[in-house]
Amino acid sequence: MSQAEARQTQRVVLQVNGQRHELDVEPRWLLADVLRHQLGLTATHVGCEQGVCGACTVLVDGKPERSCLMLAVQAEGCEVTTVEGLTPAAGLSPLQAAFQQHHALQCGFCTPGILVTMEALLRENPHPDEATVREALSGNVCRCTGYQFIVDAVLAAAKEGR
Amino acid sequence: MKPVAFAYYRPQSLAEAVRMLREHPGSKPIAGGQSLIPLLNFRMARPEALVDLNRIPGLDEVEVRGQRLRIGGLVRHQQLHEHPLVRQHWPVLAQAAGEVGHWAIRNRGTLGGSLAHADPAAELPAVMVAADAVFELVSADGVRQVPAREFFYGYLMTALQPDEVLAAVELPLASGTSWGFAEVARRPGDFALAGAICECRPDGTGAVTWFAVGGGPERHELVVAADANERAAQWQDLAATLDAQDDYRRHLAAVVAETAYLRSLGRDGQ
Ligand SMILES: Cc1cc2nc3c(=O)[nH]c(=O)nc-3n(C[C@H](O)[C@H](O)[C@H](O)COP(=O)(O)OP(=O)(O)OC[C@H]3O[C@@H](n4cnc5c(N)ncnc54)[C@H](O)[C@@H]3O)c2cc1C
Ligand code: FES
Ligand code: FES
Repeated sequence: MSQAEARQTQRVVLQVNGQRHELDVEPRWLLADVLRHQLGLTATHVGCEQGVCGACTVLVDGKPERSCLMLAVQAEGCEVTTVEGLTPAAGLSPLQAAFQQHHALQCGFCTPGILVTMEALLRENPHPDEATVREALSGNVCRCTGYQFIVDAVLAAAKEGR
Repeated sequence: MKPVAFAYYRPQSLAEAVRMLREHPGSKPIAGGQSLIPLLNFRMARPEALVDLNRIPGLDEVEVRGQRLRIGGLVRHQQLHEHPLVRQHWPVLAQAAGEVGHWAIRNRGTLGGSLAHADPAAELPAVMVAADAVFELVSADGVRQVPAREFFYGYLMTALQPDEVLAAVELPLASGTSWGFAEVARRPGDFALAGAICECRPDGTGAVTWFAVGGGPERHELVVAADANERAAQWQDLAATLDAQDDYRRHLAAVVAETAYLRSLGRDGQ
């Protein structure tokens, strides 16, 4: 296989935030980059590209996964949800509102990845204890908040039934 | 866009996958991608083609077959952590799987990928060695069985051939042996600095299998002393033989061995 051949695009159908997209992608394109550059869904952030920081986390069939460690071609047939897909047409989701109330973000770089991860946690376990929230949060790095307010926000959202 | 350009194939069966691996020199299987894609992103791996195992039916099953627990190569770490059959027959494996990376990593990373990658600090290869598991390796030529204890050669090196797929592992159903697991990492989800699995049989004999303190899993049989001071000396003597990075790792090796031992007795250990 020559480089030119490998660089050819393939047609894929991606299901993102409930919408169907037909796209031409190179096999080497990461899901994170296709979400951002092809679909303009720029809330999904890219920090480390090695799975460590969690900023690129999206939901794949409802489960948090790293979009920097998945090829866009691999997402075919899966339902991908980004934080845009969790945000109502007007206003904020209850979890987002709790983040605002509890000052759970400063620069916001980590926030989309954390929101989708915590949304998945609360769907699986609507009333987590603090240790469970911290364990689920351990895969998302935040350089600003010190995490305490994030934990507060998630517990508050859980208490209010989101 | 960071990886080099490669061709991408998505076989629908194991037979098709191994044929593709044979037909395309320079190709590599991809499973969870949680080790391979970071290497691609940094261009440390430059495969000409990827053969995606994710859509192959039947590779993600867990079942009891006769006296063995059979686990498919595509079973994700989080599934391994939660699966009722794994929890029932091999709780130490379920526990170890829960220590691999973070939730989002465990949702995608696979057992077969972890074993094939053979990171010296990885939990699952060590559990396989401790449990005396047998790996089923499939290629276009057929199937061969390789015991875990002969599979790991050292740092990222294994008996796996480039055109083989690790399709399943089989573990003997545990028999009266009690098991304990412990590891020390800087932060939750990080690779371990040192880890151990301890097995104790009713007759007092046992073994410790270390990881992250050498090139791969290191298993040593011993009669574990009941006296805590004697035992501390035993761990230290064994740890001194490890090809560890430094004395700190050897110290941690003794610490995790003791914790794993206490846990195998149902005691908390720290
Ligand atoms: C942030 C982060 C933290 C992590 N922490 C840990 C940790 O604490 N402990 C730990 O053990 N691991 C950790 N990992 C790695 C993780 O466990 C991976 O899932 C695992 O190492 C590889 O599995 P995979 O399915 O993702 O394989 P891939 O990345 O898809 O493949 C890895 C290698 O195995 C080969 N391969 C994959 N599947 C097969 C198969 N069935 N047959 C033959 N060859 C195959 C590939 O060709 C490739 O060479 C971490 C990863 C990240 C990103
Ligand atoms: S960019 Fe994906 S985890 Fe950091
Ligand atoms: S708010 Fe800045 S990194 Fe989390």
